[in-house]
Amino acid sequence: MPLVEFTPQLRRFVDAPACRCDAATLREALEAAFAAQPRLRGYIVDEQGHLRVNVVVFIDGRRARDLRGLSDPLAPDSHIHVLQALSGG
Amino acid sequence: MTDRAWAATRKGLFELRRRRAGWEIERLSFMADPVTMLLPPDASGHMLAGLNLGHFGAKLQASADAGKTWREVAAPSFPPQPAGAEGPEWKLQQVFALERSGDAIWCGSVPGGLFVSRDGGESWQLDEVLWRDPRRAQWMGGGNPAPALHSICPHPTRPDELLIGVSCGGAWRTADGGRSWGLRATGMRADFMPPDLAGDENSQDPHLIARCRAVPEVLWCQHHCGIYRSSDNGASWVELQAQPSSFGFAVAAHPGDPDTAWFAPAIKDERRVPVDGALCVTRTRDGGRSFEALRSGLPQQHCYDLIYRHGLAVDDSGEQLLMGSTTGGLWASSDAGDRWQTISTHLPPIYAVKFG
Repeated sequence: MPLVEFTPQLRRFVDAPACRCDAATLREALEAAFAAQPRLRGYIVDEQGHLRVNVVVFIDGRRARDLRGLSDPLAPDSHIHVLQALSGG
Repeated sequence: MTDRAWAATRKGLFELRRRRAGWEIERLSFMADPVTMLLPPDASGHMLAGLNLGHFGAKLQASADAGKTWREVAAPSFPPQPAGAEGPEWKLQQVFALERSGDAIWCGSVPGGLFVSRDGGESWQLDEVLWRDPRRAQWMGGGNPAPALHSICPHPTRPDELLIGVSCGGAWRTADGGRSWGLRATGMRADFMPPDLAGDENSQDPHLIARCRAVPEVLWCQHHCGIYRSSDNGASWVELQAQPSSFGFAVAAHPGDPDTAWFAPAIKDERRVPVDGALCVTRTRDGGRSFEALRSGLPQQHCYDLIYRHGLAVDDSGEQLLMGSTTGGLWASSDAGDRWQTISTHLPPIYAVKFG
């Protein structure tokens, strides 16, 4: 199952444990993480469901491309890193 | 006189206490996080702080013990954006104004939204009437790419009545708790617009609007193009001339005297520093017919501090003032601005100061 890991910088604001989930797309994986930790949602996506502009996601070493739809496909063993983008400071 | 005040800065929220020797920093909350606005504590100690985390978005924090401890509460948020909607994205960028009125708390945002909470800031509802007003499509950014709703002036005896200011979207009034709105910027002039639109109420750039609590028909406005005063609850505005400059961002209205207000002048327009590198506050005590420049205790050489729109405050007595700058200068006066004491010259950039 894909694994989602979040930047440890988030721990200052909200618990963001790694999450292993049965997901075919980035959005499905993030929704699984948000279901386990609802407060995490607002830190990763905005109220329109788009990836926050200063958050960056890597899927198996490549940047996610669909920053609004979050439709990037996952492989069964994908490793997802949700990180701070340097654009944010 | 009030002995507690607050400075919301780029690197946290500073609580200030006035002691025998003057104002001192008591506490720092949210160290290293930008705090864009605060709502000072009410009698029970309830207060709010709006944060703008660099990576993770705009957040709202609440305290039940006057800032000793905090917990995150739901920030105002916009409803789903319809496909093809004009204007800025329906996404909260900043909490930019917080005011109580009766049992309600009102929040202004970037982009120019107005939210209300009727449960002490635990949940928020967008004022859909203002947000869906077709005139909002003409609003522009002012300093930010998106419009900013920065001023909320409650009416002290009519809790459902507010006058708000938007950069750039003029001044608006509701008398029914936000169910209907009307423009309230007649007399303001926008010299940054095409000439035939200079008087358009919906295009004005009021940098800040402040109300006299004792005589609520009196409002003061530091506008992008000058200083204005209204004596008829915003129905009409009269331009005033101040020296050394009528440009600036901040205004503080005396709570008891409708003829007294303070401003923090700077060079217009793209050189936003104090005139001649010398910081001053201008004060009128005659309803704007004349202004005096108050300089005692403020830096007068090579000073490039700018005062943001929420960076000047007056307390309930009308005697104490607080002023914070973009370069971390913080000054206080206990004699209505005649003399100023330096609290610090090296705080983080100061977004807002409040007594209470």
